[in-house]
Amino acid sequence: MNDDVVAAVASAHRRDWAQVLATTVRLTRNLDLAEECTQDAYAQALRVWPESGVPERPGAWLSRVARNRALDVVRRETRLRRMLPLLVVDATTAGPGDDPGGDDRLRLIFTCCHPALGREAQVALTLRLVCGLSTAEVARAFLMREPAMAARITRAKRKIAAARIPYRVPAADQLGERVGAVLQVVHLIFTTGHTAPAGPALVRRDLTDGAVDLARLLRLLMPGDADVGALLALLLLNEARADGRRGPDGRLLLLCDQDRSRWDAGLIAEGSALLTQALRRRPLSRYAVEAAIAAVHAEAPSWERTDWTEIAGLYTVLGRMWPGSPVVALNRAVAIGMRDGPQAGLTALAPLLDEPALATYGYLSAARADFLRRLGRRAEAETAYAEALALTGNEVERDFLARRLDDVRAAGR
Amino acid sequence: MIPTEGNDLMAKYMLLIYGDAAQWEAMTPDERAAHDARHAAFREAAGPRVAGGEELEFAPNATTLRAGVTGEPITTDGPFLETKEALGEYYLVEAADLDEVLRLAALLPEVHASHSAVEIRPVVFHG
Repeated sequence: MNDDVVAAVASAHRRDWAQVLATTVRLTRNLDLAEECTQDAYAQALRVWPESGVPERPGAWLSRVARNRALDVVRRETRLRRMLPLLVVDATTAGPGDDPGGDDRLRLIFTCCHPALGREAQVALTLRLVCGLSTAEVARAFLMREPAMAARITRAKRKIAAARIPYRVPAADQLGERVGAVLQVVHLIFTTGHTAPAGPALVRRDLTDGAVDLARLLRLLMPGDADVGALLALLLLNEARADGRRGPDGRLLLLCDQDRSRWDAGLIAEGSALLTQALRRRPLSRYAVEAAIAAVHAEAPSWERTDWTEIAGLYTVLGRMWPGSPVVALNRAVAIGMRDGPQAGLTALAPLLDEPALATYGYLSAARADFLRRLGRRAEAETAYAEALALTGNEVERDFLARRLDDVRAAGR
Repeated sequence: MIPTEGNDLMAKYMLLIYGDAAQWEAMTPDERAAHDARHAAFREAAGPRVAGGEELEFAPNATTLRAGVTGEPITTDGPFLETKEALGEYYLVEAADLDEVLRLAALLPEVHASHSAVEIRPVVFHG
């Protein structure tokens, strides 16, 4: 098959899937049927485009094919459909150019992330229906078997129909809670892809790309929402460092070892501009504070010359918004150690040693080990590195810790 | 473009109000009055959409019939499930969709107290 056509279909899949599916849903009022029709449309594109050429507006072509297919099925099945619970769709039919509340993609996102669905179901539905990942791909992202993921998605769709979760952008009185849920789902998709808990690929581009695309779409459709802008800033500032996170051998590099010239200056500038706007808004968004931390790192010339005073201050602010988060407290203690020296760092870490939530958290041991090493307390550093090594599963981080452990041992001889 | 479907009418939802009877009983007269006022506000907001609803006697006053070893029904004292939080009240409401029910149910006092909650169950549509 023609490579250009395959590339055009792949690009239309990434750019237009949500739009094609979302407009088809309004017609079929059934998520499964809309999904089938959308898939059929892409399959037809692969068959037809090599002959006819890629249409000028692939999205419009795909929507028309999916829509015709849906109309055929709906006409044939009308009697059967009368017995099925149909998706509740508002009578108003808004098209492109209308207010964002009428955008079908936004309706689809809010339906997938409805709080009456569990968080895992929200994430799975969003990846499948909005980002267009296959069920197998969604299953792989969450280290699940495909049948189990398929069952999860089916259950969620059934609940949407049975409980009549509406296909709608929520009204103003419910919007705040709903936007919060959507943003948590987008953030979770990004972090799952960004830190890849296991598997040979340390970063899952399909997830991080999907999350960034979603955040951009939300920003486009809800330009006035402060949290949306702040989340997009956070994702872009992290995404900007994606290339730098891989070394020449393709393996993950820790922030302190990265070649900062490989970071994407364009994304950093875009993220920083969004962040500047987000920081002016009150109440301050949690995502804005996290983005501000990412921005300080992104703009620092090196790990050592990072503005640790600023980082420690931002973690203090974050700790106030997120009281009792031990991970925030740990990051703050590390920043204090970088600012005021290893002894201050150890003192700041001390109260966290009894924190049950951190008992098996390798980063705490690793941070202590680093401060002890810099103080020349080799025997204690050795114990702490060994402890960190025992608690860490990520191969790249294990390599790093093992090297440090060897260095400390060698220095002691 | 698409004909109106048979099940496009309003749907029914059962609102099952669960809570700790001891805490309901311990309410002061003022708290009870505020509680009742919130129920009145719910009924007023819901208007004709309330298709039914009653407060139930506390769970210890329940009687449960279930199959014994021979399959014959046996009468037992108490509710089906012995739990600290039990069903205390219900409403049957009609609504266009879940968001409308959620908006109404949020008016009920039980969703603002720590020992109680409102479970929303869609009623099966049989055509």
